[in-house]
Amino acid sequence: MLYIFCPHCGSRSQNEFAYGGDATVKRPELNKEISDQEWNNFVYLRKSPRGKHLELWHHISGCRQWIKVERDTSTHEIFKTYKADELTE
Amino acid sequence: MQKYSVFSLIKNAFSDHQNWEVAWKDPTPKKEYDVIIIGGGGHGLATAYYLAKEHNISNVAIIEKGWIGGGNVGRNTTIIRSNYMHDDNALFSEFGMDLWRKMSQDLNYNVMFSPRGIINLAHSDAQMNAYSRRGNSMRLNGIDAVLLNREEVQKRIPMADFSDNVRFPIFGGLMQPSAGTARHDAVAWGYARQADSMGVDIIQNCEVTGFDVTNGKIVGVRTSKGDIKAKKVGLCVAGSTNILAEMLNMKLPIETHLLQACVSEPVKPLLDHVVTFGAGHFYCSQSDKGEMVMGGDLDGYNSYSQRGNLPTLQHVLTEGIAMFPFLSKLKMLRTWGGIMDMSMDGSPIIDKTHIDGLYLNCGWCYGGFKATPASGWTFAHTIAQDRVHELNAGYSLNRFNTGDLIDEKGLGTKTWIS
Repeated sequence: MLYIFCPHCGSRSQNEFAYGGDATVKRPELNKEISDQEWNNFVYLRKSPRGKHLELWHHISGCRQWIKVERDTSTHEIFKTYKADELTE
Repeated sequence: MQKYSVFSLIKNAFSDHQNWEVAWKDPTPKKEYDVIIIGGGGHGLATAYYLAKEHNISNVAIIEKGWIGGGNVGRNTTIIRSNYMHDDNALFSEFGMDLWRKMSQDLNYNVMFSPRGIINLAHSDAQMNAYSRRGNSMRLNGIDAVLLNREEVQKRIPMADFSDNVRFPIFGGLMQPSAGTARHDAVAWGYARQADSMGVDIIQNCEVTGFDVTNGKIVGVRTSKGDIKAKKVGLCVAGSTNILAEMLNMKLPIETHLLQACVSEPVKPLLDHVVTFGAGHFYCSQSDKGEMVMGGDLDGYNSYSQRGNLPTLQHVLTEGIAMFPFLSKLKMLRTWGGIMDMSMDGSPIIDKTHIDGLYLNCGWCYGGFKATPASGWTFAHTIAQDRVHELNAGYSLNRFNTGDLIDEKGLGTKTWIS
C-alpha cells in the first residue's frame, strides 16, 4: 500500500487516489501552429524514467483535487507532494 | 547437439542422467558480431534463433543483464491466443499460432503447447454484440471463433457463477478453440538451446551501459563485460526499453508499468479452458500441476519494481471470486510481478529506428508471451533484410506521428488503465 500525502488532506492510502500519469508533459501552446511532431511529443512520447518521476494523482475519494507527486518508480518511495498549481523544484 | 528423444532418455537413464550435454554454453563475448540482440527473454532468444535458421546469420550474440528467461517470459500467465479484431494484430498473431503448433517439433523441445481454448465471458447484450463483431472479424481473417450462449458456456465452465441475482450475470462468451497455453520456461530454453547450437553466443550477467553511434550508424554496444562491436543491434528488452532509449536520447510512446499474476495451491482438474471475466480485468486457467493461474490489472502507476502491491491483487481477486466463487476457498501459493512496456495504443512496435542498424522491438503490453515466435520471426526478418515484413509493417514506430494507430481496445494513451 502506498501512502500519499495530500497537500490538502494529509496522509491517505493509495485506495483514495486515481493515477493521472506523467506531470511533466506540456501541451503545446494554444492559438499557435502545432506541428505533427510537437503533437506527437505531447500526446504519445514519455520518458518513463526508472527513478524519480513527477506524476499527477487525483484524490478522487477524498478532496477531489489533483496533486503532483514525486515518486521513485523502482522503490516506490515518495519524496514530496505538491498542489497541482504549485511550482515543482 | 544431442537430439532429445525417447532413445536419448533411455540411454541417459543408464548413467543416472549425469552425462547430458549442457543445453547452451556460457561463452565470453567476442570482439565483434554481425548482430547483437539485447535482452535474453523469449523475444530476444526467438529472434536469434530465426536469424540463424531463416537468414543464415549465426554470428550473433544475445546480451542479457540477468539470466535468460528471468524476465517476462518467466513471469506471464502462459496464455496463447489470436482473438484480435484489427487486421494487423489478427494476421500477426495467427501467423504466430502456426509457429506455436509446430514449436515442439521445430525446437526438439517439449513446450507443452496445450490448445485448450479461451473463452471471453460477456455480461450484457451489448457485450454479446461486440463479441459477435469481433468473432466475425476473426473468422474473416481465418481465425476460429465461436459465439457461445449462456447454456453453452455453462456446459463448458459449470463452476462459474450462474446463480440468480449476481452483479454480472453471464450472457455468453466468445471462444477461440485453438487458443491455449504453453510451458513458458520451455519456450525460452528451447529457443536458447537451438540458437546456441547454431552458433549464437548467449551472454548472461552482462549489462548494457551504452551505445556507440558514429555518423548516425550503430557500431557497437558498451557492456559490463567490455565494448562489443556490432553491425546491427536489436533491442528486445520489454519493460526496460525506456532505460536503453534514454542512453540513445530517444523518447518512445511507451510507459513501463507493473503487472502481477498469482497461482493458487494445486487442486484436481476442474477448469479445461482459459477464461476471462468480461466485466473487469481478470483471467484464469489451470496449470498442468493443478494450480489456478490468475492475473488481471496493472498496478496502475509507472513502476520498474518487478514486485506487486497488495491493493491491486485484492481488487483482481475480488473480480475472480465474482466469476468463480470457489476461488475464495483456495490459498494463494505465489504472487509475482513483471514490468510491461505499455505502448500508447496497446499494440507493439517492431521497426527500424532513425539510427542506421538499430532495430526496436517493444510495446507488448499484456500480450508479449503469446507473440514470442511471431515477434522473433518478424524481428529477425526486419534485422536481416533491413526492412519490415508485411506482417509487422503496421507495427511501425512512426504510426503515432501519422495517426495510423492500432487501437484494438480504443483506450487511448492512459496506458495504466488498459
